[in-house]
Amino acid sequence: MKKLILSLCLLLSMSAIADEGADTLEFKSDEQRSQYQRLTEELRCPKCQNQNIADSNAPIAKDLRNEVHRMILEGDNEEQIVDFMVERYGNFVVYKPKFDTTTYLLWLGPACIAMLGLVIVVISARKKRRASDTEGSALSQEEKNQLSNILSEDEK
Amino acid sequence: MKRALLFLPLVLAAIIGVILFWGLSNDPTKLESARIDDPLPSFTLPSLQDPGKFLSQEDLKGKVSLLNVWATWCPSCRVEHPYLLKIAKEYGVPVIGLNYKDERDAAKAWLIKLDDPYTFNIYDEKGKLGLDLGVYGAPETYIVDSQGIVRYRHVGVVDDQVWKKILEPRVKQYSNEG
Repeated sequence: MKKLILSLCLLLSMSAIADEGADTLEFKSDEQRSQYQRLTEELRCPKCQNQNIADSNAPIAKDLRNEVHRMILEGDNEEQIVDFMVERYGNFVVYKPKFDTTTYLLWLGPACIAMLGLVIVVISARKKRRASDTEGSALSQEEKNQLSNILSEDEK
Repeated sequence: MKRALLFLPLVLAAIIGVILFWGLSNDPTKLESARIDDPLPSFTLPSLQDPGKFLSQEDLKGKVSLLNVWATWCPSCRVEHPYLLKIAKEYGVPVIGLNYKDERDAAKAWLIKLDDPYTFNIYDEKGKLGLDLGVYGAPETYIVDSQGIVRYRHVGVVDDQVWKKILEPRVKQYSNEG
């Protein structure tokens, strides 16, 4: 337990160190500052498996933060900055990649699977209902005669 | 027909299993390069050994070459260094160095001490060319064809296996095409 707490503290302090970003950097406006914050949280560090560049201590994350800062000061908009990163590091750097020929499966896959599931559920529900409908009215005239015979025999 | 439908869940499970298994065998630290089949990004950077001399993407044209990203702070680069010497000397493939975010003096001393496999070295002090290439760690080795087009990227150490199985066949292929 102690170890757990210790490592948690370490983790927290590490992210505190990494967060050198928006507060210490110079921006022309608060708008730019929040833009920087948003972008560094949206962009994924290529070297670390699942950290955004705002949280990562990797040297490459620092370089990318610098690039984001530079581009914001030069007046590039968010789309231009994201495109710049994707051009260099591929779709890996964005958590929400653009919809295109290489990512359509990622975007449409879950919806397709959900649709497939829905279709299967509907079909099997219909089948069940049909089965129970026929069970209810299933006695033919011959069977009814047979049944009444049996019942009348019992009464004797 | 109905019987066959019963096997549908099994088939679906098998397909998902194959996909997940394939995912396991993929190394998540190896990224696709966004630069494959694109020309090298244009750059103007000084030579490592000769600060007054400037190099550009034009200097990599003419022959299929390896562009090797290295630095003295990178332990794996030291591991692959002897093999780069072998490639340059025994196989006659030009190896171009991209000295990435390094100190010039340390890098020069390294090449004197460990011998120099590189045809020439680009000194990328700020990592600008590295960033344009999509470098996210060292060592990385790119195959650049005679037209200056990036054809392949290998992340990690180049050793006997990597050279024989991955790099050499491709270098030969692009040499024949060019």
